[in-house]
Amino acid sequence: MSVAPKREDYDVVVIGAGPAGLAAAATSAEAGLATLLLDENIGPGGQVFRAISSTPVTDRNQLGTDYWVGADLVQALRAGNAEVIHRATVWSLDRNLDIAVSIGGASAFVKAKRVILATGALERPFPIPGWTLPGVMTAGAAQTMLKSSALVPDGRTVIAGQGPLLWLLAAQILRLGGRIDRILDTTERGNYVAALPHAFAFLTSPYFTKGLSMMREVKAKVQVVSGITELAASGDGQLASVSYVAGGKRETIPADLLLLHQGVVPNVNLAMAAGVEHRWDDLQLCWSPVLDASGSSSVAGIAIAGDGAGIGGANAAVVRGRIAARAAVEALTPAAAAKLPAMATLRSDLAKAERGRVFLDTLFRPAPQFRIPAGDTIVCRCEEVTAKDVLDSVAIGATGPNQLKAYRRTGMGPCQGRLCGLTVTELMAQARGKTPQEIGYYRLRAPVKPITLAELAAVPKSEDDVKAVVRG
Amino acid sequence: MTLNVDAIVIGGGIHGCSTALHLCLAGLKPLLIEKDYAGRHASGVNAGGVRQLARHIPEIPLSIRSMGIWEKISDLLDDDCSFESYGQVLVAESEEELAVCRARVAELNALGFTHEELIDAAELRRLVPAVAETCPGGVVSRRDGAANPAQTTTAFRRKAEQLGATVREGVAASNIRHREGLWHVDVGPESFAAPVLVNAAGAWAGKIAADLGEPVPVETVAPMLMITSRVPHFIDPVVILRGRKLSFKQFKNGTVLIGGGHLATPYQDRNETVLDWKSLATSAQTVFELFPVMRSAAIVRAWAGIEAKMKDDIPVFGPSSRHKGLYHQFGFSLHGFQLGPGAGAVMAELIVNGGSQTRISELGIDRFHPITL
Repeated sequence: MSVAPKREDYDVVVIGAGPAGLAAAATSAEAGLATLLLDENIGPGGQVFRAISSTPVTDRNQLGTDYWVGADLVQALRAGNAEVIHRATVWSLDRNLDIAVSIGGASAFVKAKRVILATGALERPFPIPGWTLPGVMTAGAAQTMLKSSALVPDGRTVIAGQGPLLWLLAAQILRLGGRIDRILDTTERGNYVAALPHAFAFLTSPYFTKGLSMMREVKAKVQVVSGITELAASGDGQLASVSYVAGGKRETIPADLLLLHQGVVPNVNLAMAAGVEHRWDDLQLCWSPVLDASGSSSVAGIAIAGDGAGIGGANAAVVRGRIAARAAVEALTPAAAAKLPAMATLRSDLAKAERGRVFLDTLFRPAPQFRIPAGDTIVCRCEEVTAKDVLDSVAIGATGPNQLKAYRRTGMGPCQGRLCGLTVTELMAQARGKTPQEIGYYRLRAPVKPITLAELAAVPKSEDDVKAVVRG
Repeated sequence: MTLNVDAIVIGGGIHGCSTALHLCLAGLKPLLIEKDYAGRHASGVNAGGVRQLARHIPEIPLSIRSMGIWEKISDLLDDDCSFESYGQVLVAESEEELAVCRARVAELNALGFTHEELIDAAELRRLVPAVAETCPGGVVSRRDGAANPAQTTTAFRRKAEQLGATVREGVAASNIRHREGLWHVDVGPESFAAPVLVNAAGAWAGKIAADLGEPVPVETVAPMLMITSRVPHFIDPVVILRGRKLSFKQFKNGTVLIGGGHLATPYQDRNETVLDWKSLATSAQTVFELFPVMRSAAIVRAWAGIEAKMKDDIPVFGPSSRHKGLYHQFGFSLHGFQLGPGAGAVMAELIVNGGSQTRISELGIDRFHPITL
């Protein structure tokens, strides 16, 4: 089933139906604005509330109470007049706020007065030796299968990495009867000390007790090895074993499945392709858009909410969505803004939701050796480029990620840098003695997600298409 | 303090880099100034067509000169630039279009040019088996081909620097002035002077020329390109259409580049372009009709490079009409990439010897401004 947008023009188009997008669209529609919510998945929820309307996991304890908060957001959205289209992949957004979206294999174009990007986060690349072997996948991918299909691993399973989501996933797998043989915690020992000054805010945040009890729950059932300083996957065409070093001691264990996770980073592709200015975030070690207090970006009319605005978690995402939508309402129909919660209230909600974030960011700052690979470890999966290849190109004159394309085609494959971009920036920065900000990032281009030639060919044409001039 | 060099080249596209390199080969020490980085704009992101085919007659001698350099590009640059030569084919989609092709080839032959060859349906099918059955023939230029534009421009820049060129990237040339027989140019805090100044600043060159009293009818354009995912190998030559805006090239890795000159909106001051997807859809539809094998391929990326287009579609190439020591090399109007190697060689000859065996007389800025030197 495919449903094209009902109109060509909207007051507000929200892209992404995770916590931020759901909240933004509901708020915008509540104020009476013509609102379109476009989302790539088959139902609302994004990653954190994935399959919230359809999950086969019905025991509420198994996915945790935080997950079911998503149901309220969906209900609020459905109570209003927002037009919602799922399986809708936005593949282009430009500074004129023209949006191209693929729905059921056909493209449509809509124009917005305001765009709220709520495209969320991606898992940070985890480029260790062997990470491209079949049998190695990201924790997020495993969680997708768990939430949407109640699938959990039953072979010999190792989870490696760090961060709150890793523990959440481990708990969810165990509750659903899945198997985890070992957890390899890559958190750097020094991070505990560095995070200490921020601990008070964290202790008084809702993350603390929940996080602690979840870790206890997992540790009671699975052997956890902490202080991992080296990690590699190996096998002949298929994962066979995981080897690691902890406390100076190397160990190798057989494994059928290795789940990797070292945090999430903003999904910047659509925003960057639209020309939104981003800056390197030295704490979160990623690119974040430059935004004002309402989430407005450097491109007039484009706001960003949720983890795409800088990682803040689901609670902060909801509030950021409301703030961005309220700002859009204030700009388009100031009178209608009176119905909505005051901006001051929303900002104080946000401060509360962001409490403890600095602690988490500091504690779970991934170690350099897991971000900046060496030697034959693959950096760019699409074009099979190794860390050594990148360094060799730097040695003969490649100065940044865009120049590197001329040497190695990094970032030019279908993933458009999602799996290699941060690694390439940090690797080149280290090699050239520059900051990531100085090194920069790939210039990203539409289509942000590939579309077929047949689909593009079916797009209604402009007049100017018959000219006798050919050029190469 | 002002640093003296032998020549100042403004613009790190393939033209500026090639001229800098050829000046080095002639024993000069040039300075190359690029406001972004070499190959940032049109030179690095064009379709990479190395084409003598279907050129305006005034630039054919320069194109032929360039072709000779392309064929030995590795010797010049120590880099193969991914140059490959499977010819370029102009496809006629109807008998009427084929008649135009026939007249064109006859005209070239009468002028003594033999690089374009008329082909019938059978030869067209042999060269491009995947083309639609209905096409009655076309024109081939067999020595033509394609190269990787970013790799090529980067290689020119690298070699020029190895041979002694000073390169300044990331800072724009400013405060260009002529004093006591020397051209002075500031680059950030630095100041350089030389008896020779080459204006090879692409989309930014028109303003430099105008500021020096030689305005020309030029506009900034941004031709769009898109590239597909990998598909099984099905075509060797570059294909362009006689009647519709399309050029088409499959690379060794299987990806297919689709171009043809549909334009994006350039925002020159921001180094940005906004694509026109409805025009790109037209290109997609043309490919869809002519090459059924491409229908399920995915478009993975589209982009546009900013460049200068002359009103008469012919570059501005050669000495200034007004100022001693000033040379122009811009306005290549969407077909400058192939000319880069030859234009650099000829420009170095003009600068060093005062003339060149390669005929460029119709490309000069004197077609807009009578010579007052």
